[in-house]
Amino acid sequence: MQTVKMVVTGPFNAGKTAFIQSISEINVVSTERKISSEAERVKNTTTVAMDFGRITVDEDLVLYLFGTPGQKRFDFMWEILSEGMLGFIVMVDSTRPETFREARSILETFRAYAPTPYVVAANKQDLPDAWELEDIRLALRLSEKTKLLPCVANKKDTVKAVLLELLYSILAEMEAGGK
Amino acid sequence: MALKGNLRDFTITQLLNLINLARKTGTLVIEGPGDTSRLMFREGKLSFAQFGQEDCSLAAILLRASKITQNQYRILRERTAQMSDKELGLLLINAGYLTQEDIISSLQQYFIDVVRRLFTWVEGFFRFDQDVFTLDGKITVKIDLENLIIEGSRQLREWEQLQEEIPSLDMALKFTDRPGTNLKNINLSIEEWRVVSYVSPKNTIAQIAKTVKMNDLEIRRVVYSLLQAGLVELVRPGGMPVATPARAFPTQNKDEQKSLVNRLISRIRSI
Repeated sequence: MQTVKMVVTGPFNAGKTAFIQSISEINVVSTERKISSEAERVKNTTTVAMDFGRITVDEDLVLYLFGTPGQKRFDFMWEILSEGMLGFIVMVDSTRPETFREARSILETFRAYAPTPYVVAANKQDLPDAWELEDIRLALRLSEKTKLLPCVANKKDTVKAVLLELLYSILAEMEAGGK
Repeated sequence: MALKGNLRDFTITQLLNLINLARKTGTLVIEGPGDTSRLMFREGKLSFAQFGQEDCSLAAILLRASKITQNQYRILRERTAQMSDKELGLLLINAGYLTQEDIISSLQQYFIDVVRRLFTWVEGFFRFDQDVFTLDGKITVKIDLENLIIEGSRQLREWEQLQEEIPSLDMALKFTDRPGTNLKNINLSIEEWRVVSYVSPKNTIAQIAKTVKMNDLEIRRVVYSLLQAGLVELVRPGGMPVATPARAFPTQNKDEQKSLVNRLISRIRSI
C-alpha cells in the first residue's frame, strides 16, 4: 500500500478540522481539548496535536490529510507534520481579519520549511462579514500567481475544489520541473 | 461585503497598504478611543481626512498652516460662513491673498498630519465603505500612500510582532511588478536603501543582513517597511524552485509520480 499526505494548516478556528471532516472517508481522528485561553474562546475545543483524515484512492494508494494545531503554542508540531508532504493548504477565516497576520506568518513559516506547492483557502465565504477574496489576497500579501480559493469548509464541493487546485498545482510544477 | 475589523489586529498602516494596492475608492471610518475619524480615498490615493470633531474647514486648515492669521481666520469665519471651501478657496486666490499651491499644500499637510495622528491609535474599530464619497464643497487632493505606509511601518518596533510578520530570514525578496510604483518618489531611509540595493531572488534576507551588517531585528524592521509599502514581496530563494520533494512520493520514477497525482485527481473528482 502506497501513502501520500497533504497538510491543512492555518490559524486557530480557521476551519481546518471541518475541512478534513468534509472529505475524509473515516471519522476524523481529532485530538481536541477544551480551550483554556479566554482570548481564544470563540469555540469550545481546539486541535492540540493534529487532525487526521483519509481518502482511499484505490487498492494501492491512500491519501492522508493532516490538520495542524491552530494555536501558536503547538507550532513545534508544524515542522514534524510538514515532513514529506505533497503540498499544503493554508486556511484562513475570511470573517476574522485579526487572524490574517497569523495566517501570513504560518504561510511564510511553511514556505520556509519546504518548497512544496500550496494553495490558500478563504473559508467562511458564505458569511455576510466575509472579506472579499482580492482584499484577503492583499492582506495576506499573496502574489497574483498564488491560488486563493473561496471555501466553505463544511461543504464538500468547495473542499474538493481546493484539493483539486492543489493537485493541479503539484502536477503543473512536476511538468515544469520535468522540462 | 464591507471591509471591517479591529485596529488591534489590523493596523492603520496595513489598511493603507490594502487601499493603496487595491486602488480603492471609498471612506475609511475609524472609531478610536472617544473619536471617529474619516479618511477618504480615490483610486488608492488619500483625498480628504477628518480627525474626530476637529474643525477641518479650509479656513481652519489655513490657520494651522500659518497661511492666515488668527484675526484673518476670525474675519473669514464671520464673512464667509455660508461659503463652501471651494468657493472660499477661489475667493482667496482671485483676491490674490493666496496661491492655489498654498491651499493645496496646506490641505495635503493637514491630511498627512491626520494620518500620522491615527498611527497612534491601536484600539478601535474600522470599516471601509466602498464608493461612498460625498464631500459637498470640500477641496480634495491626491496624496500617494507609499511614503505614509513606510512611515507608519517604521513605528512597528516590537520584536515579537516583527518576528511574526517575517518568521524566516531564509526567504528572499523580489521587487513587485506593480505598475505605478516609482522607487524614486519614495522617501527611503539610508538603511532601507542599503537593503534595497541587494534585493534579488538570489539573496536570502539573512545574506542581505550579513552584507549590510544588520542584526535580525534591524533587518526585519527594514524588510517589514518595504513589504508594507508593496515595494517587495517574499519569495523562495532563487536556487530553490517550487517542487514537491521526492520523498513525498512512494516512488522515485517521474512517470509513476505523475500517474499517482492523476489518480488522486480522479479520485477526488469522484467523491
